[in-house]
Amino acid sequence: MKPAPFEYFAPDSLEAALELKAQHGDEAKALAGGQSLIPAMNFRVAQPTLLIDLNRITELRYIRKNGALRIGAMTVQAQAEYDGLVATHAPLLHEAIPNIAHSQIRNRGTVGGSIAHADPASELPVICIALDARMRAQSKSAGRWIEARDFFAGLFATTLQPDELLVEVEFPGMAQYTGYAFMELARRSGDYAMAGVAALLTLAKDGTCQQAKLVYLNVGDGPVEASQAVASLKGTKPSTDAFRHAALIASQKDMAPFGNLHASADYQRHLSAALTERALAKALARAEKTLKS
Amino acid sequence: VTIADYPISVTINGRAYQHHVEPRLLLADYIRQVAGLTGTHIGCETTYCGACTVLLNGASVKSCTVFAVQADQGEVMTVEGLEQEGRLHPLQEAFAEHHGLQCGYCTPGMLMSTYHLLSTNPRPDDKQIRKGIAGNTCRCTGYQNILKAIQAAAQAAAR
Repeated sequence: MKPAPFEYFAPDSLEAALELKAQHGDEAKALAGGQSLIPAMNFRVAQPTLLIDLNRITELRYIRKNGALRIGAMTVQAQAEYDGLVATHAPLLHEAIPNIAHSQIRNRGTVGGSIAHADPASELPVICIALDARMRAQSKSAGRWIEARDFFAGLFATTLQPDELLVEVEFPGMAQYTGYAFMELARRSGDYAMAGVAALLTLAKDGTCQQAKLVYLNVGDGPVEASQAVASLKGTKPSTDAFRHAALIASQKDMAPFGNLHASADYQRHLSAALTERALAKALARAEKTLKS
Repeated sequence: VTIADYPISVTINGRAYQHHVEPRLLLADYIRQVAGLTGTHIGCETTYCGACTVLLNGASVKSCTVFAVQADQGEVMTVEGLEQEGRLHPLQEAFAEHHGLQCGYCTPGMLMSTYHLLSTNPRPDDKQIRKGIAGNTCRCTGYQNILKAIQAAAQAAAR
């Protein structure tokens, strides 16, 4: 047997899971889809002594539109991938999900699990930052909302407390006249990407750039926002030159990639720049479409 | 820590199995070593290669990264479940006909991924097939014959 021994609980209600979290705190590791945790346990990189399996908690599997789009933390990624509400109200999320690993993994992996795992190479944390998502944290005694930018706290770390579970992710709608795009590049389909970007571009009525957002994966210890690049776009007329300039700023000034086995830091900058230009062009085309309609 | 054995009931290919297992037992190892169904292969144990793909409650999963206890009360289908009354499944026929395998190690997983793909999308285009088996690694065939086999199986099913 590959993983080290652990105690196993599979509560069938959120209440029971939170009770276990209240009792055991950080010692109790939540098991969502397990598509990152179980491989890590197979390698014995992770050796949790107590697992709380959340898969029997059906009340955490849902996708609803109730003001904002709400996704229960235990909703599997494949369900969100083919969901009409997600496609309509969070098209950036819809575009990003097929990039997550392989279909078997999306059949098992969950929306909340990927976010709470906070892997800088993952797609969903980047999408949460890009869309200003909010996370619902719940403990036995209290619940609270955490803004995406306050949720991720570095490499595989979040601001969830030891007695809390992530129970819901809320995605507000995009501003009017906004175009979006998600792109990433991996050596092989389904691998962790060497670089990737979520781009949002909001146009004013006159076609100038009112607001933009660029968020990158795998080029820092969490989702990386390119604030200087975005500032260079604000108030200007979108153009290929402006996008190339923004891509240069984003890749040279806004990020400090570590480099890895598959791509050096320089190559990650190069890929990020290329993806930025493409993603901004795609976002612009989509934004212009909304302006015309 | 002493870890108590955990009682599970799992239906595999329509047959009920009941065992006591340690929670850390992987579903792939349960299927092979406890249930004795060795058609499911284990390659990487890291969710990468897809050789261990089975259906769990109708969805394809990599059984090296699911615990057997998580399949409790569930339904599993392995490659052995494809054959009906001694006759190969049309998908298996197509793989044989189009040389969709050489050494055969990846084939059980490849077949189960394809089974899931065709059950959700009976007429996939070339790109959808490629996406559908992206989570299955084959080191022999170069994939072309696997693509041909899947296309042929989809066409045969449509007839």
